Amino acid sequence: MFTQASLFILLLPLLGFLILILFGKRLPRQGDWLGTGFLGITLLLSLWLLIVKISSHSTEVFSSGFTWALIGDYSFTLGIMIDNLTVVMLVVVTLVSTLVHLFSIAYMKDDVRYSRYYAYLGLFSFSMLGIVLTSNLLLMYIFWELVGISSYLLIGHWYEKKSASDAANKAFIVNRIGDFGMFIGIMILFASFATFSFEGIFGALEAGELPFGSTGWLTAAGILIFCGAVGKSAQFPLHVWLPDAMEGPTPVSALIHAATMVAAGVYLVARVFPMLTADALLLIAYIGAITALIAATIAITQNDIKKVLAYSTVSQLGYMIMALGVGAWTAGFMHLVTHAAFKAGLFLGAGSVIYAMHTMLHKRHDHTTDAQDIRNMGGLRSKMPYTYVTFLIFTLAISGIPLTSGFLSKDEILAGTLAFSTLNGHWILPMIAFLVAGLTAFYMFRLLILTFHGKPADETGHQQIEESPFVMTLPLMILAALSLFFFYSFNPIGASSGWFWQALERPLSVVPEIVQPAAYPIFYQAVSSVHTLAMVLSVVIALTGIAIAVLMYHRKKLDPAAAAQKAGFLYTGSLNKWYFDEFYSKVFVGGVMAITRILRWFDEKVVDGIVNATAPIARGISRGSGWVDHNIVDGLVNATAAGASQAGGLLSRIQSGKVQTYLVYILFGMLLLGIFFI
Amino acid sequence: MNLQILLSIAEPGLNHFLIVSALLFSLGVMAVLSKRNVIMVLMGVELILNSANINLIAFSRFTALSLEGQMMGLFVVILAAAEAAVALAIVLNIYNRFNTINLDKISTMKG
Amino acid sequence: MEFEIFGFGILTWIVFIPILGLIVLLLLPDKNSNAIRWTAAIATGIQLILAGIIFALFDRTKTGINDAESFQFVEQFSWITVDAVPWVGRIEINYFLGLDGLSVLMVILTSLIGFIGVISSWNIEKMVKGYFALYLLLVTGMMGVFVALDFFLFFIFWEVMLLPMYFLIGIWGGPRREYAAIKFFLYTFVGGILMLLTMLALYFSVAYTDPATGQSVHTFNILHMMNPANYVEGGLLSGVDTTWRYVAWMALFINFAIKIPLFPFHTWLPDAHVEAPTPISVILAGVLLKLGTYGLLRINFPIFPDATVYFIYFMAALGMISIIYGAFCAMAQDDFKKLIAYSSISHMGIVVLGIAALNTQGMVGGVLQMFNHGIITAVLFLAVGVLYDRTHTRGLYDFGGIANQMPKYTGIAMIGMFAALGLPGLNGFVSELFSFLGAFEAYRWITIVSVTGIIITAAYILWTVQRVFLGKTPDKLSTLEDLTPREILSFLPLIILIILLGIYPGPAIELMNSSLSHLVEFVNTGGR
Repeated sequence: MFTQASLFILLLPLLGFLILILFGKRLPRQGDWLGTGFLGITLLLSLWLLIVKISSHSTEVFSSGFTWALIGDYSFTLGIMIDNLTVVMLVVVTLVSTLVHLFSIAYMKDDVRYSRYYAYLGLFSFSMLGIVLTSNLLLMYIFWELVGISSYLLIGHWYEKKSASDAANKAFIVNRIGDFGMFIGIMILFASFATFSFEGIFGALEAGELPFGSTGWLTAAGILIFCGAVGKSAQFPLHVWLPDAMEGPTPVSALIHAATMVAAGVYLVARVFPMLTADALLLIAYIGAITALIAATIAITQNDIKKVLAYSTVSQLGYMIMALGVGAWTAGFMHLVTHAAFKAGLFLGAGSVIYAMHTMLHKRHDHTTDAQDIRNMGGLRSKMPYTYVTFLIFTLAISGIPLTSGFLSKDEILAGTLAFSTLNGHWILPMIAFLVAGLTAFYMFRLLILTFHGKPADETGHQQIEESPFVMTLPLMILAALSLFFFYSFNPIGASSGWFWQALERPLSVVPEIVQPAAYPIFYQAVSSVHTLAMVLSVVIALTGIAIAVLMYHRKKLDPAAAAQKAGFLYTGSLNKWYFDEFYSKVFVGGVMAITRILRWFDEKVVDGIVNATAPIARGISRGSGWVDHNIVDGLVNATAAGASQAGGLLSRIQSGKVQTYLVYILFGMLLLGIFFI
Repeated sequence: MNLQILLSIAEPGLNHFLIVSALLFSLGVMAVLSKRNVIMVLMGVELILNSANINLIAFSRFTALSLEGQMMGLFVVILAAAEAAVALAIVLNIYNRFNTINLDKISTMKG
Repeated sequence: MEFEIFGFGILTWIVFIPILGLIVLLLLPDKNSNAIRWTAAIATGIQLILAGIIFALFDRTKTGINDAESFQFVEQFSWITVDAVPWVGRIEINYFLGLDGLSVLMVILTSLIGFIGVISSWNIEKMVKGYFALYLLLVTGMMGVFVALDFFLFFIFWEVMLLPMYFLIGIWGGPRREYAAIKFFLYTFVGGILMLLTMLALYFSVAYTDPATGQSVHTFNILHMMNPANYVEGGLLSGVDTTWRYVAWMALFINFAIKIPLFPFHTWLPDAHVEAPTPISVILAGVLLKLGTYGLLRINFPIFPDATVYFIYFMAALGMISIIYGAFCAMAQDDFKKLIAYSSISHMGIVVLGIAALNTQGMVGGVLQMFNHGIITAVLFLAVGVLYDRTHTRGLYDFGGIANQMPKYTGIAMIGMFAALGLPGLNGFVSELFSFLGAFEAYRWITIVSVTGIIITAAYILWTVQRVFLGKTPDKLSTLEDLTPREILSFLPLIILIILLGIYPGPAIELMNSSLSHLVEFVNTGGR
């Protein structure tokens, strides 16, 4: 029953995609109702699954599969499995997807490729649900690439713009680099265990088998699979694609590049958590921390509303990855879920703002002002009350203020990080984590204040701004509700007593004991001892961040320009995203292009040059042999002729024409014969 | 006794005939090779033929009791006559063509 | 399993139907181009139907490879027999056709591509009769190579292909057609000579004892050549791991590597592709290149298992170089056809890497990749042909914004592009996956380096998509018309196969699984 229902959930969006891509334009309203309706059904089914599964209070795993290909003695099985992690994730994906479908009805109205847009949303939902449901790494990889391609198609939705198609290419290729590592990791595991399924791999590891007989390869496999997550979840050093991906329509950014697809990396790490060794996890934690820090420092200086949110997403994803790395598994995954709600909300709120700005600018025939630049906004609070209130809730949630969902998960992450450092002395991790918490609160309130508070940048334009239609504000309200604490735990300051925490317990590690991370009970104890400290610290730091933002941008007590001046290279570095793009495009893109040019030259001039050089050489040889033929072989023939002619000339003298001379010869001949024979 | 030897010498035997024949042959060959006149060459040929005839008859007379040699001699005489007729005809033709019967002048076959 | 039509086996029909078509075609008047086209279409259409019958009747459990009993649709007649030649004994050349899991997929591919080639040749106007005559001859040659089990016959079909191809490029090609045609001809011909020498050496080294007469008979039968017991005492290629066997392997390998084409024997390919007319490019990339890898599997591997094992690292390394090198070179091209040509080199490198793994996954992946690559490049070349017909240019920078102008075309071409990029759900992924999986078990580092090729592939494919399809439509392209029904017809079967095999490759794998498992075992045990 579970498996049938989830198969239905999986395939319904695919059906929607097929119908829309083939007949979308001929359907009434270009088929938006079809896509939205299908996703609505999957949402209801997922909710039902969630309730049934979680209320049964069991950790039972349902799975089913079929043989996809049979090669030699290997059978390649594909299949799905449903455990608590899956059902939660199913709801997250279908919920955000449904709301985004709904939101897009207004936002994408009058788009040139309206039905295509809905078709791609369906394709994305299908692939994302596939990632969630899969029971093996092969299918994971397949859907992994499929979300990549649907993300590519959606980022490049407005492909007439060069920047959009560039961003789409960048997203796909950077992801491919991560996938390359993931693929090799999968190959290592398959070569060792002859199976792709999580169950099979974990089982083999538990039985003491190791890839190629060494824990080093196991760590390598873990890190390589994590490479996939680095790409998809935009972790350092592959984080550069996500901010560019904001070229896509804003609802797409909400769905794919904030709530679901980018969280797939976190989901993947959560899935393969049992096979990760302590070394791999430490690397994962550091990658997460570095990402969180870099992205947060960039976010504080950006002026594009979507860019700020994009870097904030990268930063929060780094948080989740770090949480998984330190072993705060449940906290990391919970942050994925809460973040999905409030970050999708933030993006949709931003979409609402952009939509309003755009409509206003359109009315005034202004095509030069950037509708996404927060410096062109201000004071929108009075004109867009629903958007403002919900946006405020999301901002509070992401900043980790109590009574919000964000507080619950963030607090647990910070506690987990702190606990980790007490266990093995990696103090740098909690320091980064708390710093990022402060930075997050600061830049989010900066964004909120510049957008909604203060004086409008353009008074006359401000008058024409209107609140977005109901189909756009409804999703905002739903998500705002979901950003409050009681959906996850009835205790507003403790996540661990809620259903979520109970249903999702950190899975046991299956790697050999010497390379295992700290066992859960030890870790849990450490968390408990620092929990209160972490909570107080996190609230204080968040409030400090907010206070600075308010002082700077609302009360104008502090001058941001002066602060920027003082920060010097830190400010310019942050503004220019620490020059990652420039560095990559010089070194990697430039390097690859140089190699391609060199190889092309090599191919045309050297390899083909050799081939073509054989032609003159062959001609030379043939000319030589022609000379030999003409002068030597033929010469010999002619020489015999000349010799014969010479001899004939000489001998012809004998033939005098005088009969008597001949007779003399005859006579002598006879005489000679006579002498000879007688 | 001496006389007998002398007589035996004086009596013509095979060698005498052969000596005459050889002389005759040599004269014929000399004529054939050295004379410029075609007629003279022909006459030389006749001498050669006749020297052969003498040989034939002499061998026939001194060796076996048969007439085969004489027969052959007669045959050669007849052939010689025919040959002379043909040869003279040729000579006439040569004369008609080249206006000479000097063999040295007739050298169109020179290589 | 006996399946005969008018007393001839199905394989004879499938090989010689184009020749029948050729005869009919020669009787038609020159002026009647349509009748000529239809004749060719019907001939290749019947071939396709026969291939369908073969697919349906083929017994998936039989192994083939070295055992004449388990070949299917076998036809064997003695063709040339000369008794009692001094020193040599009896000479025997057989007309010996048969199918096993290795060749069946190639036969299906050839008939499919052959048929599609005719459809896309419809708008050829120059010397229609000559064109289709050569075309049909070419199809016979290709089909013959895939079903021949006698080396002599194999060689004849191999050479039969060469000449029509030369003329098809040299007469109906682009501006530098003579250069390209001669380059193609010389390359292939050099290979052919190497093969001829090896064939003769094998012939004199192999003799089997005729069970009927007890006579020792020299033979060109490929299956007899696989049996070590058949090698005569003191023959040039007798024994195991001898220098001469290595030399013979290498000679054959070079011949096949030229066809594949492997680095560094590949430079004929870009030129030939660029100059060849579209349908001929389709045939060239779709079928001809596969003859190289097919030859390796049919001849090199089972006849010289010892040398194969000896050179296998070398082969895998060449595969790796081709993958990376082809991908980089493809990225540097600004001619659409050249780009696809280099991507072919890269993708055929995957085939070589896969089969060099000498395990079943790799082998199945490699052979599947042969089939898939045939279909994918066919789509890509047809796609380039469509654009070239309309704009008379192939420069990647001359296009842009075609997605708006030709939506159907863009959809189809994008599927082809993404399949080439190895997108899951499309067939290219499946075969690349199995090839790499197999190769990884055998060569860890070579495979890891090779896999970087997929990143570069993604880069050049997406860049191409961007330059051709995306962006604003320039004015000069604003009159482009979308696909005609005939063009759609030529794309459709290929697209369907791309998707079907991408989702469920089972039917294709099933065809070859037992044969290839057997081949792997056969080679790994040194042919015993």
